[in-house]
Amino acid sequence: MSRYFDPYDADRPLVMRCSCGRHRTPEEHTAEQAASALKRRAAEMDFQQYASDYIEATVVKALFPRDAVRRRFLRAVGKSAAMGAIASVVPITSLQAMAQERGPLEKKDLKVGFIPITCATPLIMAHPLGFYAKEGLNVEVVKTAGWALIRDKMLNKEYDATHFLSPMPLAMSLGAGSNAVPMRVATIQNTNGQAITLHVKHKERRDPKDWKGFKFAVPFEYSMHNFLLRYYLAEAGLDPDRDVQIRVVPPPEMVANLRAGNIDGYLGPDPFNQRAVYEEVGFIHVLSRDLWNGHPCCAFGTSAEFIQQHPNSFAALFRAVLTSAAMAREARNRELIAKVIAPQAYLNQPEVVLRQVLTGRFADGLGNIRNVPDRADFDPIPWQSMAVWMLTQMKRWGYLKGDVDYRQLAERVFLLTDAKKHMKELDQKVPDGAYPKFRIMGREFDPTQPEAYLQGFAIRRS
Amino acid sequence: MKRLAVSSALAPALLSALLLAVLVGVWHLATLPSGGAAAPLTPEQLEYLELMGKAPGDGGGARSGFPTPAEMGRTIVQHLSQPFYDNGPNDKGIGLQLLYSLGRVGLGYLIAACVAIPLGFVIGMSPLVYRALDPFIQVLKPISPLAWMPLALYTIKDSSVSGIFVIFICSVWPMLINTAFGVSTVRRDWLNVARTLEVKPLRRAFEVILPAAAPTILTGMRISMGIAWLVIVAAEMLVGGTGIGYFVWNEWNNLSLTNVIFAILVIGVVGMLLDLMFARLQKAVSYVE
Repeated sequence: MSRYFDPYDADRPLVMRCSCGRHRTPEEHTAEQAASALKRRAAEMDFQQYASDYIEATVVKALFPRDAVRRRFLRAVGKSAAMGAIASVVPITSLQAMAQERGPLEKKDLKVGFIPITCATPLIMAHPLGFYAKEGLNVEVVKTAGWALIRDKMLNKEYDATHFLSPMPLAMSLGAGSNAVPMRVATIQNTNGQAITLHVKHKERRDPKDWKGFKFAVPFEYSMHNFLLRYYLAEAGLDPDRDVQIRVVPPPEMVANLRAGNIDGYLGPDPFNQRAVYEEVGFIHVLSRDLWNGHPCCAFGTSAEFIQQHPNSFAALFRAVLTSAAMAREARNRELIAKVIAPQAYLNQPEVVLRQVLTGRFADGLGNIRNVPDRADFDPIPWQSMAVWMLTQMKRWGYLKGDVDYRQLAERVFLLTDAKKHMKELDQKVPDGAYPKFRIMGREFDPTQPEAYLQGFAIRRS
Repeated sequence: MKRLAVSSALAPALLSALLLAVLVGVWHLATLPSGGAAAPLTPEQLEYLELMGKAPGDGGGARSGFPTPAEMGRTIVQHLSQPFYDNGPNDKGIGLQLLYSLGRVGLGYLIAACVAIPLGFVIGMSPLVYRALDPFIQVLKPISPLAWMPLALYTIKDSSVSGIFVIFICSVWPMLINTAFGVSTVRRDWLNVARTLEVKPLRRAFEVILPAAAPTILTGMRISMGIAWLVIVAAEMLVGGTGIGYFVWNEWNNLSLTNVIFAILVIGVVGMLLDLMFARLQKAVSYVE
């Protein structure tokens, strides 16, 4: 039977191609069904609780940047005493109330930009699932042609808020690659979710030490992709500036260039890693989660000016995206989400490709099916230690010159230092401790010692 | 005699149709799926095939990546059956996208005409101004539209206005140069006659020079329209949002060659229609000496 037309089916219209007749394509039909299923689930979930927990977790994290200290403290004094003690120094409840407060919206019609990659999932799906509308916002999510354009449209104030690569707001605030306009990161959009994809002809050359002379692509200079790829190559003893070539290439062109043999591989955003497998031109060499499990990638943010002038609209946006992130974090929702964001208006990709990325059960291009449930995740908390890491890498590769006040910049750009700000206002002691440590390819990063960390690399530009 | 006339009109059409048929035939043969015999597969292999988008029910066979003529036909029918649907900012019918593009081209082109034709008149009438402006024109004329784009975005701070500006800046030169040329080569005799009859300068410009230079001016306008239509696709691919260029970019993002080819056909047809329009206009104003 033909997939496209059913001239002899009395229950279906002839040109429109879905069974109920209200959609142009079967994909749109399934997308709407998936969206309504997700909406039902969203109604069951307690998002107020999620937002409160988010703030509480962030505050506790700010107070006890070292997880070991937090645990020792909790074991020593007990949970309820700890809660009481923290509540006495930090106005957690008032912060939570503030986040929930629905003040009059200063601006209702908002434009939010996004790049059609799976990293944008929370931001996008908040639209079809009606989370923006629930907050009283009329948000237009606008597909954008590239990261440079996102930057320009934020600087031009054409967008009220946007999908960022998480190092971008740092670079923009510093004026690296543009004029300096203070930007803020409200939440991280996604963690993990990238991969190094190589051309199928390199199936036998899996050791990065053999990659001298390779040509790689990344989507933007100020991106986790660039920093992670450089890190990975340097750990294998290759100088990313001298031994290989790294180009900035828009993601869809990565697949085409890979097919043409113009590049040997890329560290790119999904779905374009999976798409290369689907197109039978590449294979997934290593997932970015295997380099740094839980690394941030894209972010949701806006300009400092927008937050200042529209605090309530910003809070509403923030709640909508946070709600969305909570939905996206749940594994059982992932398959439906793939259906919701697949149609033309959003990612415009085959649903089977998105499903593999989001569920983590995927074909790797080498004939194996791999099962990595945390291949992509959506942990929204913008740890400032991550910002410090990005700054060390920007300095490492010469994007930043001179002295950098890592901590100050990280706290300014990655929000939810609000907690600290409020503590200062209340004349309370602001925690001065370190930030959480994490391991990247086995090397420990101590955010209190960024300079020492930087000096520890054999291959660096500064 | 009559039969001969009919056949001479019919022969090229027939030949065109034949060429098209051969082209489609070759295309069809070149994109025939290489259907391999289905060997019994383990569930694991079946799932792998499904993840690769090649499950037996999914059309089957190896994808060559390039669409077959039949797929192409379906795509064309699908797009043209609903050209004006509007599903929000990122999903609009091809007709709407074309209207956006034509609107931008029209506006940028109109502004360019408003600037280029009067300025061309002045340049054409005064050799001094001509020589003074010539270096600027020569330098600015060959600049590619996309080179202007970042500058426009930075200074104008609005992407849709930037698009219109790029159309303007690229379509202004042929009109300017042709107008200046047309005006400067109006026959001396006619100007002398006007002078002996003591025709006032304004009347002379409108009643003698303009009609005489009109064919050249229209040639410039026709070239400019061609350039404007070339530029809009590139500009919209870069800036995104709406328009036929955005459509191409969006389908490129989807790596859907079928839709990209469809868009190419549409761009070609619309460009041809625009050119035809100017050809008619040109015919209307040309005169026999």
